[in-house]
Amino acid sequence: MSTLSIKRGPEFSRIMGLGVSRGENAVPNEDIIGPIDSSDEWIRKMTGIATRARANADTSVIDMSEIAAREAIAKAGLDTGDIDAVILSTITYPHMTPGGAPVLADRLGATPAAAWDISAACAGYCYGIGQADALVRSGSARHVLVVGAEKMSDFIDPSDRSISYLLGDAAGAVVVGPSDTAGIGPTIWGSDGSGAQLIRQTASWLEVRDGTAEFPTLFQEGPSVFKWASFKMAPIALEAIEAAGVTPDDITAFIPHQANTRIIDQMVKQIGLPDSVAVGRDIVDSGNTSAASIPLATERLYRDGAVKAGDLALQIGFGAGLVYAAQVVVLP
Amino acid sequence: MAKSEAEILEGLAAIVAEETGLDAAEVQSAKSFTDDLDIDSLSMMTIVTLAEEEFDVRIPDEDVKDLVTVGDAVKYIEGAQS
Repeated sequence: MSTLSIKRGPEFSRIMGLGVSRGENAVPNEDIIGPIDSSDEWIRKMTGIATRARANADTSVIDMSEIAAREAIAKAGLDTGDIDAVILSTITYPHMTPGGAPVLADRLGATPAAAWDISAACAGYCYGIGQADALVRSGSARHVLVVGAEKMSDFIDPSDRSISYLLGDAAGAVVVGPSDTAGIGPTIWGSDGSGAQLIRQTASWLEVRDGTAEFPTLFQEGPSVFKWASFKMAPIALEAIEAAGVTPDDITAFIPHQANTRIIDQMVKQIGLPDSVAVGRDIVDSGNTSAASIPLATERLYRDGAVKAGDLALQIGFGAGLVYAAQVVVLP
Repeated sequence: MAKSEAEILEGLAAIVAEETGLDAAEVQSAKSFTDDLDIDSLSMMTIVTLAEEEFDVRIPDEDVKDLVTVGDAVKYIEGAQS
């Protein structure tokens, strides 16, 4: 019997470059409070959000992804043709098929890179990093483009008080490639489908087809999500720190999914991070951009001078599924 | 060992005080979490979670809406202990 050959990759991978693209418009609370009978003060108190990035009507998930991806590839010192796998994490690309990733790869000139979408909502970026790390180290791909991109504003109800007012549009991208040293710690990830109804679209496409439901938008059971994220995710984050063989004192930045500043504050407390750790709080200006939020918050920390290349960041994504993923990474 | 009503009130008051910055003495049975103590839905979930840990009970999310006053919560926890 013949013996199959297998590929082997480098021992380590790392994030090589980061790029972002925010929706063109910074929409302040004043512009959205009417239909939800709320106030700027209430939104800031409950979420921390002052403005959210919203894209123009003719800007697509792929448009934002392309801008972020080109920046990430350039910062990695690569050409688009060097990318041999494209992972697009999105829940708002408005086609069930084909996926957005092959379209993005083609736009970039990365064809015939392997390309696929993942649906892991607000955990999608960290899921993508986990996949890319494994692909590189297994030899299945050399340079993986990971993009988290959402145009949430296509799936909101302006009168919804549960989640719509939080949401923004953006894309964040990184390139993961080979490394001489460990640049991505073990991914701690999982799911709990018993909580599938906590964050959901309001109807299935079949109900829309049958005329029994309106075009679906996003909805969440806010307090239950707050409780889950604030208290159940801290142990996952601590596990990621431990799995990476470091301690909270070694971490320069904590970059959680930007769901709500109240969640972020509670997580910092529950994890027990020292005051010296910079905390990603891009939600204040960009809103909750789901899969894009961690790269956006990372970019913001660079811009604020809070982090530099080589620093360790603890990142954790969590959201609809319920799904979650965390890892410690070396910042590019 | 199950805690008495007074012990639960004392422990709950400490949790509320820690979360809100209120004086624990203000956290009395007749007080409404929302109207009297100005506790919003997210702070309420934090208080519930910390109370679950403190008193080793489970308070399902769907039951939280029924905990209108501090006394409601004390009674709920007392019942959930046994």
